[in-house]
Amino acid sequence: MWIYEKKLQYPVRVSKCDPRMAKYLIEQYGGADGELSAALRYLNQRYTIPDKVIGLLTDIGTEEFAHLEMIATMVYKLTKDATVEQLEAAGLGPHYSNHDRALFYNNAAGVPWTATYIQAKGDPIADLYEDIAAEEKARATYQWLIDQTDDVDLQDSLKFLREREIVHSLRFREAVELLKAEQETKKVF
Amino acid sequence: MSAGNKPDEAYYQLLTELQQLDFVLVELALYLDTHPYDMQAVQQFNQFAQRRQQVAQVYESRYGPLLQFGHSFSRYPWDWANTPWPWQV
Repeated sequence: MWIYEKKLQYPVRVSKCDPRMAKYLIEQYGGADGELSAALRYLNQRYTIPDKVIGLLTDIGTEEFAHLEMIATMVYKLTKDATVEQLEAAGLGPHYSNHDRALFYNNAAGVPWTATYIQAKGDPIADLYEDIAAEEKARATYQWLIDQTDDVDLQDSLKFLREREIVHSLRFREAVELLKAEQETKKVF
Repeated sequence: MSAGNKPDEAYYQLLTELQQLDFVLVELALYLDTHPYDMQAVQQFNQFAQRRQQVAQVYESRYGPLLQFGHSFSRYPWDWANTPWPWQV
């Protein structure tokens, strides 16, 4: 069961209207290595993962929705005062025709989100290694996004998200060790 | 906030305090998910949870409910649906 809390996990501030940056940030909203992929991946894998790891997948999956909300807030704040001309100049003309300023689950290039971005093999080691890879890819993406803006306020929130990916990766690595250790003990007859 | 007040400095200060406490709790929770036998961490978690409840109570008494479906109380008129929502703050 999910309960929504009416506050952001971490504050999001922007110092200027910047639809160009909003277009790039959407990569972490509806992109392959973005927060929607992360949330749905972990929350789906957890149904068939060993008991010891269900809590971790549930909790990280839930936190990813909080990150999705942060990205949405960034995009919202960066575009809410933009004129149609400014949106078009930033390359968001096609988006505007379809959606006005509404957000949508596509990547920075406009490719719609797809379940082919995620996997659940039913094999715990395969699933967890996919999760580790996902966190590393997300971390790298946040680094590239940080490089693409000079807005210090925006960078602050992006750096928070980048740090979270590092911690998530660490937890998934620990989960692998946890399961490997369990496998070892089982082999002793 | 349920009267549609604009967020002021006091609002942001209290919100920040709550976000900081909640961050510690998320970090501890993820850590404990892979280290369930760390007693000190469990104690720390519960201490922060208690402190968090106190701050959340103050926040909610001033600015309205944080949670839905009975995890927070409502005033009259029903205030869950009031602005601002988190991306409007």
